[in-house]
Amino acid sequence: MNVTVKYFAVCHEMLDRSEEEMELPDGATVKTILQKLEEEWPEIAEFYEVMQMSVNWEYATENTELAEGDEVALIPPVTGGCDV
Amino acid sequence: MFKITTEVITGETVREAVEGPDAGAVVLFLGTVRDNTDGRPVKCLEYEAYPPMAEKKMAEIAQEVSDKWGISRVAMVHRVGKLEIGEVSVAVAVASPHRKDGFEACKYAMDRLKQIVPIWKREIWADGEAEWVKPDAVYFDSLKPRKTDPQTG
Repeated sequence: MNVTVKYFAVCHEMLDRSEEEMELPDGATVKTILQKLEEEWPEIAEFYEVMQMSVNWEYATENTELAEGDEVALIPPVTGGCDV
Repeated sequence: MFKITTEVITGETVREAVEGPDAGAVVLFLGTVRDNTDGRPVKCLEYEAYPPMAEKKMAEIAQEVSDKWGISRVAMVHRVGKLEIGEVSVAVAVASPHRKDGFEACKYAMDRLKQIVPIWKREIWADGEAEWVKPDAVYFDSLKPRKTDPQTG
């Protein structure tokens, strides 16, 4: 199956791209993507505790199963608004 | 109105979206760009968002406000791109029959925005350096990126 993976903020900067298409085996989960990314960027594992993932605009877990055409995103800790 | 925008935000933008004959109060919150962070001079800020998910999460927050206070008139707008000192980055408006609920709901909506809406802030310091803002417990700086393979990067 093919999915789109989006990278924002610090992830975009670290991976030097904002999105990509990924070909994944049937039965793949969010974790499959994280494992693929770890090959390129081993330190990403240190982010996992603070980073969230989304699938089709909804927060997901590592075990969320993926389907053809899904839009997945790495969500670093959000910091919108202002600090007041 | 739940919107990510590159346009200038004013209070009027969100006030008009919530006004109605059943409102006895409109509570408006504007977040603005401050010229320093903990005393370090800031030149400007850059915001990035995941717009479709951000707008969906804003709508969910409005639903939470409706569930808690019975208030259906909520608007949230967040700007993205480069913002100068003093410009409005975020606006939240809540119209309610009475002010107490309105104040509480507006604070709640803004707090939730900072928790669940995918928006990120980058500080451009006056000395020219720049960095993504991180919650206190997270130290991105200690993590060094691996050099990207030119073929995949």
